[in-house]
Amino acid sequence: MNYFQLFQVPAQFDLDLTELGTRYLELQRNFHPDNFAAGSERDRLLAVQQAANINDAYHSLKQPLLRAEHLLALRGVKISHEQRSFTDTGFLMQQMELRELLGDILHSSDPYALIDEAEQQIQQQKNVLLKLLAQALEANHHEQDLQAADIIRKLKFFFKLQHELELIEQQLQD
Amino acid sequence: MAYSEKVIDHYENPRNVGAFAKDDPTVATGMVGAPACGDVMKLQIKVSADGIIEDAKFKTYGCGSAIASSSLVTEWVKGKSLDEAALIKNTDIAQELALPPVKIHCSILAEDAIKAAIADYKSRHGS
Repeated sequence: MNYFQLFQVPAQFDLDLTELGTRYLELQRNFHPDNFAAGSERDRLLAVQQAANINDAYHSLKQPLLRAEHLLALRGVKISHEQRSFTDTGFLMQQMELRELLGDILHSSDPYALIDEAEQQIQQQKNVLLKLLAQALEANHHEQDLQAADIIRKLKFFFKLQHELELIEQQLQD
Repeated sequence: MAYSEKVIDHYENPRNVGAFAKDDPTVATGMVGAPACGDVMKLQIKVSADGIIEDAKFKTYGCGSAIASSSLVTEWVKGKSLDEAALIKNTDIAQELALPPVKIHCSILAEDAIKAAIADYKSRHGS
């Protein structure tokens, strides 16, 4: 299913999230199961199915990584369920170092300074990758799409790091 | 989700955690990652002159199954030749640790890590 079509927004990475939110509320209203309460069994089932599609689509379109993955899937590059290992050694070494930095936080005499440092590094590199991702997807060529897929893989590691950092901050506050 | 006893054992008492000196020419390193879960795995082997893996160490950031898979592989490869170690299959790891289907990718990661370490050794020793 083409989520961009469902939401009648352009099939591109750079989306107006306010417009997306408005469209979501409209669609949700139109396909609310209550509207079909008097309809046939088949109509009711279709409405339920469509309501589920709308929720899935909104969930995917509003998050940059999922949106990019969906866009790539529509262009024939599917990466969402791949089990292939990522083997860019230089990138993984850097990930290891960031993980080690995160690991030091809880034993540090000044944990908040380390949190700031990690946060800064993660944000900075995430932003660089997101910009590269937007550029690669904009090109709309197979070669750049493959590059985009690789950038998404890298970004996933950074989103995971950010999540880990949030968990550490919570632990620190408890 | 319940972990098997073997996974818990490796997770609580991981074997061979650590790293060898980077500049040791008998050491080779395999680095692999799984974008889907953000896991990062480093597996190092120390190889004797006659091509036998004398020692192995790992460092893994990931879930219990990923840690257990890499811990198990470091145990399995010790004493094996490079060619024997290259035959380790993810299905053997998954079976030994009784990994559920959603954790099979952790065993794939461990298989790919040992393969990457062997490839690293071979590329640096020209065989």
